[in-house]
Amino acid sequence: MSDLTLETSVAKVPEAAPRSPPASQIGLVGWLRANLFSSWLNSAVTLLVAYLVIRWIIGFVEWGIVNAVWSVPDNQTQACRDLKGIGACWAVVTEKHRFILFGTYPYEEHWRPALCILLFIGLYVVSAMRRFWRKELALVWVVVLAAIGVLMWGGVLGLSYVPQERWGGLVITLILATFGLAFAFPLAILVALGRRSKLPAIKAICVLYVELIRGVPLISLLFMASVMFPLFLPEGMNIDKLLRAQIAIILFAGAYLAEVVRGGLQALSKGQYEAADALGLSYWQKTGLIILPQALRLVIPPLVNTFIGFFKDTSLVLIIGIFDLLTAGKTAIIEPAWQGFGVEVYLTVGAIYFVFCFAMSKYSQRLEAEFNRHRRR
Amino acid sequence: MSETLEHIASAARADAPPAIVLDKVNKWFGTMHVLRDVSLTVATGERVVICGPSGSGKSTTIRCINRLEAHQEGRILVNGIELTDDVKALDDIRREVGMVFQSFNLFPHLTILENCTLAPIWVRRMPKKEAEALAMEYLNRVRIPEQANKYPGQLSGGQQQRVAIARALCMKPRIMLFDEPTSALDPEMIKEVLDTMVGLAETGMTMICVTHEMGFARKVADRVVFMDRGEVVEMGTPAQVFENPQTERLKTFLSQILRGH
Repeated sequence: MSDLTLETSVAKVPEAAPRSPPASQIGLVGWLRANLFSSWLNSAVTLLVAYLVIRWIIGFVEWGIVNAVWSVPDNQTQACRDLKGIGACWAVVTEKHRFILFGTYPYEEHWRPALCILLFIGLYVVSAMRRFWRKELALVWVVVLAAIGVLMWGGVLGLSYVPQERWGGLVITLILATFGLAFAFPLAILVALGRRSKLPAIKAICVLYVELIRGVPLISLLFMASVMFPLFLPEGMNIDKLLRAQIAIILFAGAYLAEVVRGGLQALSKGQYEAADALGLSYWQKTGLIILPQALRLVIPPLVNTFIGFFKDTSLVLIIGIFDLLTAGKTAIIEPAWQGFGVEVYLTVGAIYFVFCFAMSKYSQRLEAEFNRHRRR
Repeated sequence: MSETLEHIASAARADAPPAIVLDKVNKWFGTMHVLRDVSLTVATGERVVICGPSGSGKSTTIRCINRLEAHQEGRILVNGIELTDDVKALDDIRREVGMVFQSFNLFPHLTILENCTLAPIWVRRMPKKEAEALAMEYLNRVRIPEQANKYPGQLSGGQQQRVAIARALCMKPRIMLFDEPTSALDPEMIKEVLDTMVGLAETGMTMICVTHEMGFARKVADRVVFMDRGEVVEMGTPAQVFENPQTERLKTFLSQILRGH
C-alpha cells in the first residue's frame, strides 16, 4: 500500500526544487537576531552588557598598559607609588619574576629549574601527541623525571648540591602536579578496579582507602604528612618534606580519581564484560583491551576536571612551608619596597596557572572529540 | 524418551563423543530456582534449538555452558572437559565455544576488523596479518567485508549481528551458542541473520540456539528442546515437537507463538 501512495505522489506532484532558508534566518544576521535582539528586553540587556564590557576593557587597558610602569631602577618604587592606583606597576613582576619562578634557589643556578620547567612542558607536549603513544613513552617519562631530579638536586656531574628547602616557585608546582597525577592515575585505576573486585579483602581495602582519604581535607593530610608522620619514623630516619607532601597529594588525588574511573566502569553494559569473557579473554586482557579503553573515554571530562583541580590544589602545600608558585608570589611582595603591589603579582601568578589549566581543558576537548569518533554515525 | 531420541540424533555420527553434556543441572538466582534438573546431551555436529516462554531458563541454560553463569548442582561437560571453578579448564572451554548475544555486544571502540581479530591475536596468539586474513575470510562469509574498517555504531542491527557471528567464528570454535540472536532485530533484518546461521549449520558446526524462529528450527534443527519454568518439558525432532506436542504446556506455548505470527 505504501508503494502505491509513493508512486502516485511521484507521478502527480513535481518535485520541488530545494530552496535556501530566508536570509534573515541564517548567517551572522540570523544569529544576532535569534540570540541577542529577539525582543525589546533582550536588545536592552544586550546593549547594557556590551556597554559594561567595553568600559571594563577600556579601563583595564588604561590601567594595565597605557598608565603602567614596566620597570624601575634599583627597587625605587616611587614612580609606581606616584601612580596612586591609576596604572599597574608591572615593575614588581619585572623585578621579582625570577623569585616567583624559582623561589630561593641559588641565583646563579637558576638555569637548572628553568631547564626543568622546559623539560616538563616538553614532556607534556610529547605525551599529548597520539603518535607518540607507544611503550617507549613510559621510558621517556622515567628518563625525563630522573633528569629533573638530578638537575634540581645536583651533587653529581659537577652540579652543586641544592637542598630541597631552597627549591621553589613554578618548578615546585609542576613537580607536585606532574608526579602527583602520574602516580595517582594508575593508583586510581587499580583502586577503581579493586572496588569492583569479587574478592572481599581487596574490595574492602579499596573502599576503606577511598572513604578514609576522601573524608579528610587535603590540608589535614598535608599536616599529617609533614608533622605527624615523622613522629612514627625511627629515630634519625628522615624523609624529605617535599616527598612527604608529594605522597599525601598522590594518595588524595588517587582517591578522587578512583571514583571518577569507577563511574566510567559502571557506565559500561554487562554485555561488554560477557562478550569479552565468551571470547576467552583473561581478566587483564578484558580490562586492558575492552573495559578501560571505553570507561576512560567516557570520563575524560570529569577526569580532566579533577586534574585541573589538583594542579591548583598543589598550592595548599604553602601551609607546610613549601615554596610553590603561589607562595613564592606572596613572599615576593613581603619586602617593604614592594608592599602594596599584590594585584600585579597575583594577576601574573593567576595567568601562569590559567595557561596550564586552559591548555589541559582545550586538549581534553580535542581528545574527547577524537576518541568518541566511533560513536558518530 | 530422551534415551531413544538421543540415539536417533547421534546415529549418523555415533563414533563422535558428545560435544556437550548437561547432567541434572540446577541453578538458583537467590532463592529462585531457575534451572531444575536440566539434562541434555548434544552430539558433535548436532543442531539443537531451545524454545520456551520467557523466564523458562533457556538463556540461563546456554549461558551455563560457557559459564557466564555458574551452575550450583549437577555436572556440565564440554568436549569432555568438566566445568568447575578451575580457571584453566574454563579458558580451554571458552576458546572452543563461540557465543552470539541478543544485543550483539560488539566492542564499540574497535573497528569491525579489530572486533574480529582481537581474540585470535590475544587468546590464540595468532600473528596480526594472519588474524586479519582470517577475519576477512569470515566477514566475506557473512557478506559484509566492505564494512571492515567501520565502527559497530555505523552498521545496522542485522549487520552488527552478522559481525558478531564472524567474530565468534574467528576463534574457530567447535561449538556455537546463540542466545536469541534475532530478538533485537527489525523484521527485515531477521532474515539476513537467519540465512547466515543456516549457512553455518550446513558446515556441520555444533550449534545450540535459543530462538523463537520456528521456521529456522524446522529447517536446520536436528532436535527441538522445549523448556518451561526451568525444566526441560519435551524434546524431539521439529516435526514431533511442533506437530505432536505431548504436554499442555507445550500446546499452550505453541498456540501463543502461532497467534503472534
